[in-house]
Order: sequence, then structure tokens, then C-alpha cells
Amino acid sequence: MSKVYINGVSSVSPQSEEIFENQSSKSYYQHILPALDQDYKSMIKPMMLRRMSKAVKMGLFCSKKALLEAEIEKPDAILVGTGQGCMQDTEKFMNNMLESKEGLLSPTSFIQSTHNTVGGQIALDLKCKGHNMTFTQNSVSFESALIDAMLQFQNDDINNILVGGVDETSYEFTGFQKLDGQIKTEPVNNLELLDSKTSGTIISESAAFFTLGTEKTTKSYAELKDIEIFNSIALENLEEEIEDFLNKNNTSVLDIDAVLLGKNGDVRFDHYYKELQEGIFSDKCQVGFKHLVGENNAVTSYAFWLASKILKEKKIPEIFKLNALHCKEPGKILIYNQYLGKNHGLILLHSL
Amino acid sequence: MEGVAVTGMGIISAIGRDVEEAHFSLKIGKDGISYPDILSTIHQNLPVGEIKLSNSELSEILNLPEDHAYTRAALLGVYAIRELLENSGMERFPGDTGFISGTSVGGIDKTEEHFYNYKENVADRKYIQAQHPGFTTEKIAEYFGINGMVTTISTACSSSANAIMMGAQMIESGKLKRVIVGGSDCLTKFTLNGFNSLKILSENKSRPFDNEREGLNLGEAAGYLLLEAEDQMAGENILGRVVGYGNANDAFHQTASSENGEGAFNAISRALKKAGLSASEVDYINTHGTGTRNNDLSESVALKRVFGDHIPEFSSTKGYTGHTLGAAGAIEAIFSLLSIQNGKIFPNLNFSNKMAETNLAPVTEIKSKHIETVLSNSLGFGGNCTSLIFQ
Repeated sequence: MSKVYINGVSSVSPQSEEIFENQSSKSYYQHILPALDQDYKSMIKPMMLRRMSKAVKMGLFCSKKALLEAEIEKPDAILVGTGQGCMQDTEKFMNNMLESKEGLLSPTSFIQSTHNTVGGQIALDLKCKGHNMTFTQNSVSFESALIDAMLQFQNDDINNILVGGVDETSYEFTGFQKLDGQIKTEPVNNLELLDSKTSGTIISESAAFFTLGTEKTTKSYAELKDIEIFNSIALENLEEEIEDFLNKNNTSVLDIDAVLLGKNGDVRFDHYYKELQEGIFSDKCQVGFKHLVGENNAVTSYAFWLASKILKEKKIPEIFKLNALHCKEPGKILIYNQYLGKNHGLILLHSL
Repeated sequence: MEGVAVTGMGIISAIGRDVEEAHFSLKIGKDGISYPDILSTIHQNLPVGEIKLSNSELSEILNLPEDHAYTRAALLGVYAIRELLENSGMERFPGDTGFISGTSVGGIDKTEEHFYNYKENVADRKYIQAQHPGFTTEKIAEYFGINGMVTTISTACSSSANAIMMGAQMIESGKLKRVIVGGSDCLTKFTLNGFNSLKILSENKSRPFDNEREGLNLGEAAGYLLLEAEDQMAGENILGRVVGYGNANDAFHQTASSENGEGAFNAISRALKKAGLSASEVDYINTHGTGTRNNDLSESVALKRVFGDHIPEFSSTKGYTGHTLGAAGAIEAIFSLLSIQNGKIFPNLNFSNKMAETNLAPVTEIKSKHIETVLSNSLGFGGNCTSLIFQ
């Protein structure tokens, strides 16, 4: 199989994309962080826009930008990872159904409630008739889409794939996450999230999409080497699983320059990261992102955006760093993430 | 390239609680369509393909503790995979077994049940995460101690067909030696009212491909296959092979299928290409055939485009089970394999008149025939079209 390059990137999150250049972060004192508003009209027809939920809007907007950057009009496949899918429309239909006690209902929100609405709408907009897949496996939804991307690239007819992760919040459903301990109860500032000594985290909405291609271009960001997901890993086996994964890719812990860790300030599960920070990656540059963009099921797509930027610009902005080590020229990056101690994902990227 | 062998299967649906019962019902033309008993809904006039086992009955059969948090789709999934494990001849799944499950709504049955209770009732909160499809998959994985690659595909009515396709590709690429693929979906008020709001549910038994068809019946089911790399099998018997697959997007409308059946046409064409087969080598087609005006016409047009005047014998088995949404592709994969194993085409129920537009007639009586190659179609919302070929 030929190599796979990241040729276009775009993200929408509670932080501006410029954060990478200007390091100016937005600070929030709230538990649920909305994605920043975008100039959606610049990419999507206003008439269409009115009907779209946030997930569809964010997904389509990022898709178009990622394709534009890579100068690809129509990809050969569209792959989406979304752990919670189109929750806003699901909630709307659920509310109407329950309140009316199964009365007369408008189908609009039901139609848009299916998890593959984002992927379907992107296909519709781009008139893209290729392979179209949606993965909904909690915090490894985006990683699953990346795995599928690698499978599709084995087909000679597939040269460019649009892949991304997106998750939105909705009033009731996201609110429920306060009740079962996923969201912190005490007030917290996102910039201090990772020092928190309590359970739970802050939840956000975000999207990040990428144009992957088999051809290296002048705009290429990095090379995607491999992805692996695990339903569960015992803490004592974590380092070994990571070493196995690196070995499979003819690399080792020694070669890794920086690790992007999904630390989210949940004292119950951050020890998975701590184990690595104090263990095999103690002398590596450690990078975090959830203190800036919060937690959600597709947030590793943001980490993938960040890793792509780091490898292209060959620098790690201070605002993302978890330790004081300096990484002169980041060449190999590992992204590791889990949520609530389950659905662990590993992504390996190389600089060009 | 590795061959992809099917070495185990398990199914529970409205026409039986295992492969043998399903096979028996298919042979004698006995459908599983009834009115809802287990699903609590005001729509008592809408026929459904319901599995007549309550969640507590299922939990007891599966020896689950009383305070478990399994969704109905998870209970059905575990039930089906227990059978799969048994007929694969393995005692337990080896540690390197992957699991790819398809579902359309996952555990939304729990959300609609507890939506108003979460604020007061602490005990119900274990179901808050259950709404999201991955939760159901994790519960099934947990039951069988599957810790490695576990993921969920949710592409509406083609979900489990896509899970089978991805599993086959994982094996061909050498990334996995063994993977459980398929899907599970249960009846919910959410989907029943949703499809009802779209006005595509029939108040009678569905009549796929009939000129007077008036909509679909919803159903519930779980079906799973064990796929293995043929040269590294742990299962004892080869029940069939996955030789072709293709997914394409109709790129026409969020829910309706295009008039020219573009998505289905592309999916079938890609599956044939992948299998290295010509259209004339297909012996039987298990169609998507939901019984809606739109689907059956679009799918018929696609068949005409691929096969011209020589459309292989075809039938929809949705008249037996109802449309089981995300599980449909997997249970119909099992029916396709049963057709191959037993040399039988299972009839399309409730058909009397050909569609005026296409003049196509499905097989309506059980028919014996040597069957080597079966094409199975699954078409879903979001324009998602998938075709699988089994031999």
C-alpha cells in the first residue's frame, strides 16, 4: 500500500484555529463548551443552513475547508466518526414524541436524527457517490474512521478520502451527563482543568475534518502511519500495548518525539495518562488539548488536527504543553486517548 | 490475499430464536409479524416483527445480574452471539478476536423509557450513556470478554451489512485473523413513531415488490457472523465465504432513494467487481425490499440496470421478519448463507401483482436450486447503499 498523507485540515472547536499561531486561548467558566461560531454562510447556502443542526453545519463546513485546502473537489470516500451523532434532532424528536404521547409528529427531526446524517449530507452537498461510512464507538469513533480510511486506500481506485470527527451537544442529553458523573459538579475554569482533583470533566462540541491522499503535495502536513483501538486495556498492560503498536510500525518509544494525551481532569481515569507521563514517555514532550477544547467523543479529531499542525510547522505552542521539555523538531507523534477508562485509541503520525 | 470464511453464525428474530428455527420458518413460509406486545406503544394497529421475549426473560436466559445495564439491543446481540460461539465449535473467543457491530439506534429504548426519570431516580442513571450506539456494542463485548478492536457502524438500515464489509476487509488486509460482525436493533417507540411520521409504515403485513405495497413493518433482530482468515481458522466448519462487497452513496436525498437507483446500482457493481464475477454468475438475490413504494421501485430499477433482461431470481425476506433496520443486513446475510447451504430460495411473502413500472416478479414459492452465489442488498437513510456477495 502507498503512503497516506494529510493534505488538508480544518477544525471547529471552542478555540479559534489561530490558537496555534497566536496562542491566545479562550477561557470558560462553564461545564459545557459550545464550538465557536463560524462564518458558515461562506461555505453553505443560507437556505440549507437553516435546516442544519450544529453537527451537520460543523461537519460540512470543515469538510469543505479541508477539501479546498487540498484542492480536491470530490473525494473518493467520506468517513465520519461521531460518538453521539445528531443529538439535537434526536432530542427534538424524542421530546415531541414523549410530550405528545406518540401523537402526530413532524418527520423532519427524525429524518435528521440518524447517526449518518452528517456523512449523508456531505455526500449530498459534494454529490459524492463513493464509499460512505459512519462510526459511533464512543471515544474511538474518529479512530475507527481512520482505520477504515487505511482499508479503503488499499483499493487502487481510492486516492483521496475525506475523514473527520464531529460531536455536538444538546440541552437535555448533554445535561444528563451531569447526573451520571461525566461532568464535574463544581465550577471549573477550562485552563485549570488538568490540575483538578475531582471526578468528571467538561464536555464540548467540536469537528475536525481532513483530506487524506496517497499523493504528497506541497501542502501536505504529515504522514498517517497507523491506528489501533482497544475496547479495554488494564493499566498494567498499557505500556506494553503501546510498545507493541510502535513495534508493529517498525518504530519504538525511543523514536517518538511528542505524545498527545487526552487528559481531561477526571481524577478517576487520568492515571492512564499519568502512567505514561511518568513511565515510557517521561522524557518526551507531552502535549494536552482538552484544557482548551474540552472532552467529547470526537475530540481526538482535534488532536489529529493539532498533531498535523505541529508536524508541518515543526513547533509545539507552549499553551498545549504539559511538561517543560523542549522538542526541537517534532518528527514522530503518538496520540493516545481513552474515555472513562475504555475505548482506548492510538494514532501514529510522522513528519514529511 | 486471504480468503474470508464464515465459520459461525447466530440469529434471533421474530421468526425464531436460533438459525434452525429461522430456517424452519423460512422453509414453511411462516412469518413472525404480529402486533406489539413487548414494546409499549399506543400504535397497536401497526404490525411489527417482534421477538416475544421480554428484557427480563432475556436477562434470565443470559444469566445477567439483576442490576445490569444491558439495552435490549445488547441482550439480543448477546443472545445471537452465544449461538454463534456454540456453532463455531470454540469454547471462548480467542483474545485477538475483533468485534464490529452495526446498529441504527443502539440503546435509545432506554432513553425513551427513562427520559423523565433521570433527574429523580439515581438507579436509572446507569442508562444515560446507553443512548449512544457504542454502549450497546461495549456491553456485548464485555459479556464475551472481547477487549481488542471493538467498533460500531451506524449507517441506518445498512449498518450491519457495512459491519460485515469492514470485517471482511480487516481480514483481507491481515489486520485481524478473526472478527465477529453483524448487528442488532430492537423495536423502539422512537423508530416506530419516526417511520410512522414518514408515513411509510403499513397497517397490514408488508408486501415487498407488489404493485399495491403500502409500506414496511418494523422488526427487531440480532444477527452475527464469525469471519476468519481461511488459512488461520479456529472455527471448525466453513459455512460460506464473503467474496464481494461494495458501498456507495446515492447522493440524492436524506431519506428517499433516487429514481434511477444510482446508489444501489453502484453498490452492486462494486460488489461484483470486487468478487471478480459477472452479473450472470449471481444465482439469487436477497433484496433489501422493504415494501415501501420508494425503496422497492428504486431497487428494482437498479436491478434492471445491473442485470438487464436477465435478472436472477430474487426475493425479499422482510415479509418474515419485518424491517429490522441496522440488523437487517446481517440477518439477511445469514438467510443468504442458508440459501446456499440448503439449495433453497426462500419466498417473498404477500406478493400478488407485479409493479407496473418494472414488471418484475420475485420468487413467491419455496424453490430448490443449486445456489453458489448470492447477492444481498441493504439500503439505508443518508443514501447509504451496500451490497454483499456470499458463496
